[in-house]
Formats: sequence, structure tokens, C-alpha cells
Amino acid sequence: MQRVLDSRIWPLAALAVIVVIAPLFFSSLYDYRIGALVFIFALAVVGLNLLMGFAGQVSLGHAGFLGIGAYAVAIGPTYFALPAWFSLLVGAVLSGIVAFLVGRPILKLKGHYLAVATLGFGVLVAIVLTNEADWTGGPDGMNVAHLMLFGWKVHGSDTWYWLAGATFIVGFVLAANLVDSPSGRALQAIHDSETAARMLGIDVARKKLTIFIVSAIYASVAGSYLALFDGHITPDVAGFLRSIELVAMVVLGGMGSVFGALVGAAVLVVLPQALTVFHDYEQATLGLIIMVFMIFLRRGIVPSLSAAFSGWRR
Amino acid sequence: MAELLQFIFSGLTVGAVYALVGLGFTLIYNASDIINFAQGEFVMLGGMITVFLVAAGVPLPLAALIAVGLTTAVGLALHRLAIEPARGSSPVTLIMITIGASIFLRGIAQIIFDRRFHSLPSLFGSEPIHFGGATMLPQSLVVLAVAAIIVVLLWLFMERTLLGKAVTATAANRLAARLIGINTRRIVDFSFAISAAIGAVAGIVVTPITLTSYDVGTLLALKGFAAAMLGGIGSAPGAVVGGVLLGLIEALTAGYISSNYKDAVSFLIILIVLVAMPQGLFGRARIERV
Amino acid sequence: MTILSASQLAISFGGVRAVDGVSLAVERGEVYSIIGPNGSGKTTLFNLISGIYVPTTGTIRLAGENVTGLVPEQLARRGLSRTFQNLQIFFRMSVLENVMVGRHRHEKTGIFADLLHWPSVARQNRQTREAAMAALARVGLAEAAERPAAALPYGALKRLEIARALASEPVLLLLDEPAAGCNPVETQELDRVIRSLTNEGITVVLVEHDMRLVMNISDRVHVLASGRTLAHGTPLEVRSDPAVIEAYLGTHGSEEAARAIG
Repeated sequence: MQRVLDSRIWPLAALAVIVVIAPLFFSSLYDYRIGALVFIFALAVVGLNLLMGFAGQVSLGHAGFLGIGAYAVAIGPTYFALPAWFSLLVGAVLSGIVAFLVGRPILKLKGHYLAVATLGFGVLVAIVLTNEADWTGGPDGMNVAHLMLFGWKVHGSDTWYWLAGATFIVGFVLAANLVDSPSGRALQAIHDSETAARMLGIDVARKKLTIFIVSAIYASVAGSYLALFDGHITPDVAGFLRSIELVAMVVLGGMGSVFGALVGAAVLVVLPQALTVFHDYEQATLGLIIMVFMIFLRRGIVPSLSAAFSGWRR
Repeated sequence: MAELLQFIFSGLTVGAVYALVGLGFTLIYNASDIINFAQGEFVMLGGMITVFLVAAGVPLPLAALIAVGLTTAVGLALHRLAIEPARGSSPVTLIMITIGASIFLRGIAQIIFDRRFHSLPSLFGSEPIHFGGATMLPQSLVVLAVAAIIVVLLWLFMERTLLGKAVTATAANRLAARLIGINTRRIVDFSFAISAAIGAVAGIVVTPITLTSYDVGTLLALKGFAAAMLGGIGSAPGAVVGGVLLGLIEALTAGYISSNYKDAVSFLIILIVLVAMPQGLFGRARIERV
Repeated sequence: MTILSASQLAISFGGVRAVDGVSLAVERGEVYSIIGPNGSGKTTLFNLISGIYVPTTGTIRLAGENVTGLVPEQLARRGLSRTFQNLQIFFRMSVLENVMVGRHRHEKTGIFADLLHWPSVARQNRQTREAAMAALARVGLAEAAERPAAALPYGALKRLEIARALASEPVLLLLDEPAAGCNPVETQELDRVIRSLTNEGITVVLVEHDMRLVMNISDRVHVLASGRTLAHGTPLEVRSDPAVIEAYLGTHGSEEAARAIG
């Protein structure tokens, strides 16, 4: 019991310390902005990692859900006079429903076929967002009103830093809970052998669908945050490149490592910013980072490091 | 009727390019099980290098030749510098490496070249050919002819040469191929080089029609990938048929429904095909053994 | 009472009849072995009984209920469990976690409860852990509980699969070549484990090549050849059946024949 308690409390405590300590090293609001972006992406990555790292199902289209969440908080207040926080919930529910409808047929696919199907889904969302200009403003995107919570206007990079940090911790805790539960064990079992999992009574199709929906909701909430934080949103949020970034963050941090989500997001948000003096070099740098890390730390940063330190760890 | 013919012409032209990209995917996949998402960048490089060499005063045929050569070198380098060092990694890791390479190449192209659209002069002028009430650019015929020649040459190569048979053997069973003395690493090298060259050629011949820029690769890669999946991954005839089919579907959608949604329809159809026939049109079903 | 019965089961793959008109009836609490040369359809028969393949013709009954065409997870919930000839271990998990997955059909799972880690989930995790430890202890793997499954040797992985199946508290347990790759000591241990199962009323259907083990612990033996039933009966009857001696033991090598009869 003591051990279980420890394994639950320590990562959480470490995370809380990171969130609180990091601002001591910030020298400007811009640093808060980067920090907020890291937590927002990390939230989406935690969810995607449940799908990819634990259940072993790849998705090259998760930015589609990011897009649904982002445009929900843009369209809801603008056209339906809904409060932003409520629009966020609507987006999350909508993402869940879309994930349910899309996931049911395509999660039967495996490997490369699943990859191309999810990719197709993500691209479709981006195309719709680009073309339904009456609602979305087309390729130029649309402005997003500020988030109001209990009459308090949420704005400023520092405020968003704390909000995103707190939300990420909640998302982290939920994911960690799931991993240490019957559902979590079933998902990991599916990753290694669907046949054996089914033979033990696990409804594989249903478990995959459930986790696909959960990961979609994570991405949707992160998308809503991204839109509310930036104040402006374009269809790029749902684009193929975004989906790839999310997957890269999962793989970079370490598949199946809940903690890796933060590391993966941090590396892919911070490094391009730090290494990029001129805007022109951003893509080349991003591509190089992905290649170099994949080649040299192929198991992901967190698992590779913990393997180096402790010999073996899951 | 003339309208339909028009759509079929343009569908065939675009489809031929998708087929070539899909063929590139298939070659590399068969030799190494790797899905190379940088395939679209080969097409971009072929077009862009030619454009800039021509602008620098190099005659078009020479420029095209150099572009194919350079792109082939990039393909080889991709295998040697990025794929080989990560041998034995999980499929997801390998896919991510090629995607990283794709983003990297795009970024480099944006720095070396620029972010504008470019064209090339057509080989036989730009006077449209009239046929059955529809018109067709002479360059479309060039695209179709070049695609057909590549497909035939590739087929002859696979069927008639020892190296081609080694490629086929490697695709069928890597371990067995190695046991009978085939250097499978060289085969993969070779598949990357040929894929890159095919991509570059496609990029050069299609640029006069569709224009090119540093970022045309992504969508082309997605469509080529989709074409390969549609045909059943690993099947070269499947990739060609899948590519042409995709091009036709797109052109007809753009013509009769909405040009905004031509990309959407092709992805929708891919989803439907995958769900209804998960092995694609030409792929074979596998029985899972436990 | 008949726990498992199959009548006229048949399935073909690409024109080859892998199993061709096989019928059998297994009584509760007995050890029922299926033997036959390689390729005689033993594992295919297992895959049919456990719902991985759907038979072309024939019916399967589990505890009297027609279960033909049910998928593995439905059969698992009715108390059928099995191990695999080619190991199907959850290699990313620890030894204990592997067995904990075996408890799945007895666990109440809800995605919200699991996400929020309600007290009921914690309590259930504890119960699952205890039951899994007990199952591990039965196959002698209690000490290895916290090790990664990937770190275990082959013989131990075979026992891990049995522990995982046991954790699901099966009524009917299918063991596919449990002794393959085991040394004589491990095989003897296996003999003991299987006997202890039947004492609890668990029915065991066994596919096995180790004739000494089969003849020792089986109540009845069913012999397959080329997908058809060659003979069935008590070990003694089967051993003295001329058709079996000729077709099975004869082709399978005199060494094994000698071991079987000796």
C-alpha cells in the first residue's frame, strides 16, 4: 500500500513543484507564454499518449479534435452567445461524439491502415474548417473572445500559465489514475496481444473506442485553451502538421510514459523557439529536432533516461 | 459530354502524379516496411531545383537532369543518414523520422529557394489541344507519357533484371533474401534512390501545369500514400490504379460538386474504402495465427 | 455433466479442411487431452472452441448452451479460458500485472470511476492484486511478481500464461502445449498444477506432445489425424488402439512411442 501511495504522490508532487518553480526562471511575459503553450500541448499529449502509448493505437489526425475544441470556443460565443467556458464543454462533448462516430469503424483497422484512416479524418476536419468560411472565417481564421470565469476576465500570459498548468496537472492525475485501473490494464493488454486480451474477457473494440473518445476530449480541451489563450484561431490548428507535432511529442517524451507528455511537449515547444533566430528556420529546425531525437533516443526521452538511471523501468 | 471528358483529362493528369508518388511509397515499403512521408518532398525538390537552375540560365534538359540527380542523392542520404542509424526501431518511430525529414526538407527548401509559386515552360508549348469538345494542355500528354514510361520501365526492370528480382525477393521475404546472399541494405538504398528519382521526374513534368512551391510535398505525400493504400499497400499495380482512380475522383468532384471539397472527397473515399475493404483493392487478407 | 460438447465441427482455409467433422464431449472436472501429429488440427480445434475461428459447420455447446459463433470475450465471460502455443504475454507489463489482467471479467470497470480513482477502484485493485498473487503462487512464480514479464525465461512464461488464465477463475481451461520447452522438473510441476485444478472442479482440455504427461494425467484422450478423429477413449484404450499406434505413434517416431507406452 505504501508503495502504491508513493508511486501516486511523487510524480504529482514533482509536477506541482515544476509548475511553481519554473516562473522563477522566467524573465518576461513571453516566457510565461511559452510555459502556458507547453502545458496546453502537454494536456493534449497526455490524452494522445493514453491512446498511442498505452493502448497502442496510432492517430495521425488528433489535431482534428484540437480544431473542434478551438473552433467551439470561437463559434459558440460569436454566433450563439454562449459563454466561452460552456462552449469549451460543448466542444468537448462534440469531440467525444465525433470520436465515437469516427472511431467505431476505423479502430477496427490496424497499423498503417489505422494511420492513414486517422490521417484522413484529421485532414477532413481541417478542410471543413477552411471551407466553411461563413462560420469559421476560412483560411484567415477568426477572433476568439476572452474567457470569462465568474465575471473575471482571464487574460495575460501569466494568468494563462497558471490556468494551463493547473489543468495539465488535473489531466495528468486522471491519466495516471486510469493507468492504474482495470481499464488501464486492459488497454495495455490490448497493446501487446489483442487475442489474449479478448480471451480474458476484454471487449477490445469497446475499450479502444472508449480511450479514443477520452483522448479526443483531452485534445479538444487543449484546443479550446489554445484558442482562448491566443485570441485568434486559423484552420492550421487542425492541420496535418499539428497532428504530427502531437504524435512527435508523444514519441519524443516516451510512449506509455505519462510524465513523458510534459517533456515531449516542452522539447517541441521550447527548442524550436530557442534555436530559431529567424522565423525562416523554424520548419527546418523542427524537422531536424524530430529526426535527431527519433534516431538517438528512439524509446523517447523519459524512458531512455530512466532506463539509464535505474536499469529497467516501464 | 465534353465537360466530362475535360474532367477526365485533368483527373488522369493529376492521377498520374499520384500514381508515381504512390509507386515511390510502394517501392520503399516493399524493400523496408517503411512508410516514407518525405516522398512528396522528392516531387517538390525535382520541380524547385529545375525551376531555379533554369532561372540561373541552365538549359531545361540539363537542369532537369541535375534536379533528378540531386534528388536521388537526397533520397540516398535520407536512407543512409536517417533511416539506417535507426534500424530496428518501432514503425511509429520510423514514420516519425521520415516525417521529420519531410519537414526538414521543406524548411531547407524555404531557405534555399523561396516561398513563392513557380512554373516551368511546357515542353511543347502551351497551345491547348482540342479533342471531343474538351481541351488538354500538351504538357498533360507529357505527364501521362512519362508516367506510362516509368511504369513500364519499372515493370521491365523488376521482371527482367537480376537486380529487379533481388528487389522482388527482398520484398517477399527479407530473411530468405539475405540467406541467399542478397545485400538487402543495398536493395533498400536502391529503393530510396529510385523512389526519389521517380518523385523528382514527376515534380519536373507536372510543374508547368500545377506550379510548384516549397510546400507542395505534404499534400502530394498524403494523396500518394492514400493512392497506395487504396490499391492495397505493397502492390505496385495497386498504387498505379489507386493513383489514377484518386485523380479521377478528385477531378469529377471538383467539376460536379465543389472544387473546395475535392480534397475532402478523396479522403472520405479513402476512409470508406479502408473501412469496407481494409486490405485495399489489390491487397491480400492475412489470417492471424495464434 | 457435459461441460463442453462439439458436434461435427469443420473449418477450411483456402480449400484445406483443417478440422473435418470432429465431435467431442468433455465432462466436468476431467482432464481431456487432444493429441495428434503436427498439423493434425489440434490448435485449430482450440481456436474454434475458444471463438477465435468460427466453424464452417458444426455446433459448440458450453455447459449446455449453444455458443457457436460467439466471440472470445463472450466465451471468456462464460468461464472459458486458455493459454497459447505461441506465447501471448503482455510483455510491456510486469508479471503481476499480466495476471491482474486475468481478473478482468470479475472486475467492475467504468471509465469515469477509473479516471477519478474512486475508493471502489482502489479497493478493487487491492483485491485483484491479492487474487493475482495467489494465482502466481500456484504456479510458483510469486517471487517474480514485480519483474517485467519480458525478463522471464520461456518455461516461466508458459506458467505465467497458466496463472493468468487461472486468475480468471475458469470453469473450462484450454492449455495449448503447456509443457513445450519445459524441462522434466517443470513438467512434473505442471502435472501437479493440473491435478490440483481438477480437484477444484475445473475442467482441463489439453493439447500436448509430451506423451508421458498426457498418459499420466488424462482421464480421456482424443486423437486427431489430418483434421479428423482417429480414436478417443481412456489413455489405456487409446494406447492400445492399432490405428493410433500405426498412424500416430508410428509416424511420430519410435522414441516417443516408447516413452508413451513405457
